[in-house]
Amino acid sequence: MLFPSWAFLLFLAVLVPVYYLVPKRIQWIVLLLFNAVFVCFAGLLGAVFMAVTVASVYAATRAFDALFTRQRETLAAMKTTHTKEERKKTRLQFEKKRRLILVACLVLNFGILFALKYGAMLGRLSAGLFGGKPFGQDLALTMGISFYTFSTVGYLLDVYRETVPAERNPLKLALFTSFFPLLVQGPITRFETVGKALTAPHAFDGKRFLSASLRIAWGYWKKLIVADRLLVAVKALCARPNVYYGDFIFMEMLLYAACLYADFTGGIDITIGVGEMLGIRIEENFNRPYFSKSISEYWRRWHITLGEWFKRYVYYPLSVSKPMRDLSKATRRFGAGVSRRVPVYLATLLVWALTGAWHGSNLTFLVWGLLNGVVILLSEECKPLYARFHKRFPKLGESAFYRGFAVIRTVLLLSSLRILDCYGTVKDAFSSFFSMFTTWNWGAVFRGGIQSLGLSYTDYAIALFGVLVMFALSMVQRKGTIRKRIMKRGAVFSVCVLLVLIGTILLFGRYGFGFDASQFIYNRF
Amino acid sequence: MEQLLDILRDLHPETDFETETRLVDGGILASFDIVMLITRIEEAFDVVIPAKDIVPEHFNSAKALYALITKIAEQDD
Repeated sequence: MLFPSWAFLLFLAVLVPVYYLVPKRIQWIVLLLFNAVFVCFAGLLGAVFMAVTVASVYAATRAFDALFTRQRETLAAMKTTHTKEERKKTRLQFEKKRRLILVACLVLNFGILFALKYGAMLGRLSAGLFGGKPFGQDLALTMGISFYTFSTVGYLLDVYRETVPAERNPLKLALFTSFFPLLVQGPITRFETVGKALTAPHAFDGKRFLSASLRIAWGYWKKLIVADRLLVAVKALCARPNVYYGDFIFMEMLLYAACLYADFTGGIDITIGVGEMLGIRIEENFNRPYFSKSISEYWRRWHITLGEWFKRYVYYPLSVSKPMRDLSKATRRFGAGVSRRVPVYLATLLVWALTGAWHGSNLTFLVWGLLNGVVILLSEECKPLYARFHKRFPKLGESAFYRGFAVIRTVLLLSSLRILDCYGTVKDAFSSFFSMFTTWNWGAVFRGGIQSLGLSYTDYAIALFGVLVMFALSMVQRKGTIRKRIMKRGAVFSVCVLLVLIGTILLFGRYGFGFDASQFIYNRF
Repeated sequence: MEQLLDILRDLHPETDFETETRLVDGGILASFDIVMLITRIEEAFDVVIPAKDIVPEHFNSAKALYALITKIAEQDD
């Protein structure tokens, strides 16, 4: 069920009244039933995989809980009768059991994700190497699996670390895993916040409903007016690298940057708005990312929840793991600077390789991930140089001109890396990118070139207007959320803004007969 | 505490670590800095900081970080 579909709007129109009309203690059960409908609508196979995840994570977390309790009781009983060494041995035995359960659960859940993400690619690779018919060509990602696997595994790891208690009711874990707005394109959420909010009672609040409607409408506005329009041109540009090269690539970079922003943030606006409509607060996934002054900063402001997940569960544990500490110690003879950098470098590159792999099985994603890691490490190494530069020219660094330069530099850099996302092969991506520096064909771009991409001049004008509105609102957002300010002006004003948003979507949005409302770009990851 | 402040100042000389309480939330300490910082703390204080303790609330101020180091050192004893 696509967000931009009548089926989804109907689904929401039925859910919201039912949710608030039933007794509060069974609200979460109603939500679970609606989630089940949403999941089954997307395919029964997806529902089976989700059930496996819920069952395995529930069993593992309950087992951790039982083992923690038994460990505490055993160690308490041993306190006066056994030596410190014996108690330590017992504790390690319990830890070993928990680790075995954790590994089994991780292998199962990431195994499913891996098989669905990489099965078809491995089948082709195997057929290429050993001949025969490629296996697994029917394997494809099921609805939201990349997102709910990460959220649920996050909960598994939290219980394993004993930072959150294990949930006793498996249906509550199922509710968290299957919460329908999160299945479209995330964000990746935490059980201790969203999981708990989902099962709490929620009373209807008219103001909150109106505010949530504004956020949802703004999400649709970005998706249907800007993203779906620009996606037509971006797809056309990416499909024919032998025709569209040189300055077309610069245009592609800018169009894709605007398109992806409108698409991903628009979808998350709808997700957060739907959650808010049901009284559930979902984590923000963006913080005006295109105003970042470096790639590292950008990754702290774009797809925040994925970055946080990797930091919390991969980057830090890996950086402080025993093998990494040993490696760091072993490299001390090369100097303290080298030995301290070893954990950071290795963990950064691994996390970025995994981030690339999370996005897809194509080699282009892996190269994209690693290049991001390399750029981040290089900019970290250049920090002393920047510091010296800013010390030498203190006024320049603080000027609006320099800040603007840093923002534009970052957008161009991340857009250059994103070229890898547009093409099927690394070779096509690199040759297209470098053609910008070897071919000067702005003439061809403006002599009918841009009209051959499936959009009319009116479409470009509407998309440009949309981009300017998004930019202007992002500038205003520096002083706090716009919705709060709209809501402060009263219900009549807020409804008027909502009607303007809906009206412009109806007038300028790409929907209805003759248009194919597209799925969100991040839904494929 | 002074030893910890020296390590922190070495990492970011421009920051007043005695008063700053939003080192992570305010973007002063990035993940890169945190891992470098942990390596140096472990060298200086002979403690092992477990991954589950690497959360913003422990790294948002020098005071909170020092409390974490003290807690881990006491547990090890």
